[in-house]
Amino acid sequence: MHELSIAMSIVEMAQEEAQARDLRVTAVHMKLGPLSGVVKEALLSSYGIACDGTPLEGSRLLIEDVPLEVFCPTCNASRTAVSMQWLACPECGSATPSVIHGKELEVTALEVV
Amino acid sequence: MSSMQPRLLEVRKNVLKQNDIMARVLRERFRAQGTFVVSLVSSPGTGKTTLLENILCLLRGQFRVAALVGDLATENDAARLARSQAPVKQITTGTLCHLEAAMVQNALEGWDTGPLDFLFIENVGNLVCPSSYDLGENLRFVLLSVTEGEDKPLKYPTIFNSADVAVITKLDLAAATEFNIPIALANIQAVRPGMKVFQVSAKSGAGMAEFIHFLSEQRSALRSAVAI
Repeated sequence: MHELSIAMSIVEMAQEEAQARDLRVTAVHMKLGPLSGVVKEALLSSYGIACDGTPLEGSRLLIEDVPLEVFCPTCNASRTAVSMQWLACPECGSATPSVIHGKELEVTALEVV
Repeated sequence: MSSMQPRLLEVRKNVLKQNDIMARVLRERFRAQGTFVVSLVSSPGTGKTTLLENILCLLRGQFRVAALVGDLATENDAARLARSQAPVKQITTGTLCHLEAAMVQNALEGWDTGPLDFLFIENVGNLVCPSSYDLGENLRFVLLSVTEGEDKPLKYPTIFNSADVAVITKLDLAAATEFNIPIALANIQAVRPGMKVFQVSAKSGAGMAEFIHFLSEQRSALRSAVAI
């Protein structure tokens, strides 16, 4: 369970960005991939704790799930993988280790006032 | 009050940026020093320490080797590894469930090992948290013992995906535990197509020669790439 330390990094990063512009953060938008190693539910519940006692207290965390996208060498195209347990092209069934998207753990935007 | 309407500020920042930067610094430093760095991850009890003790003993005749070992609370692993007579340093993580690049960096400060050909980093026994943290290693090995289920890769696809090589350990117990090796291999290939897999027993020595050969080959490949 390392989601709390991840949540603290998010709060710290958001606060730095906002402070530099003399703004207050009301929400943090982020992208989360299934191969990020972070569990969405645990991150959401950790976020509130991480915000406590900081200028971000009361702010929201909005998580966009990134689909697991792989490059299929047979189709020569990017495809949404069958699953995390089966990294393969859903069209032709080719197995592929080339992950294009799915490892994201990224703050994309801040809602500020 | 329209002035109080929140507006959107684009940021686009990797949450683990600090760790990634530190890992890059470490990797560059290891490269410049000619040190090949291998990390080991697995669940608790898979045999990381036993395997590492064997690796250190087998490599020590030919190479300068050292190990960093992460553990939540004890220094038992470092004491075991010290029997190999290679320099060993413990990183006690307290309650933290994984190693981060900064911890590796801190552990290296003031640790005089002399020039190294190989540095091994044994992560905390955990198949979840270590996957997100780059430690500056050249290769990450994920271990799976025959006393665990063949479906471990399917249950923890992220760590298998983050690793470069898989090692099936405790091969000497495979018959007793009725571990189905073909199924385990198929599961590894499903979550990480093309992954190289070794099957070893640190106890009997089975598969160890091939494994050691691979390590020295990988190091040579990196060295010649650097030389070019």
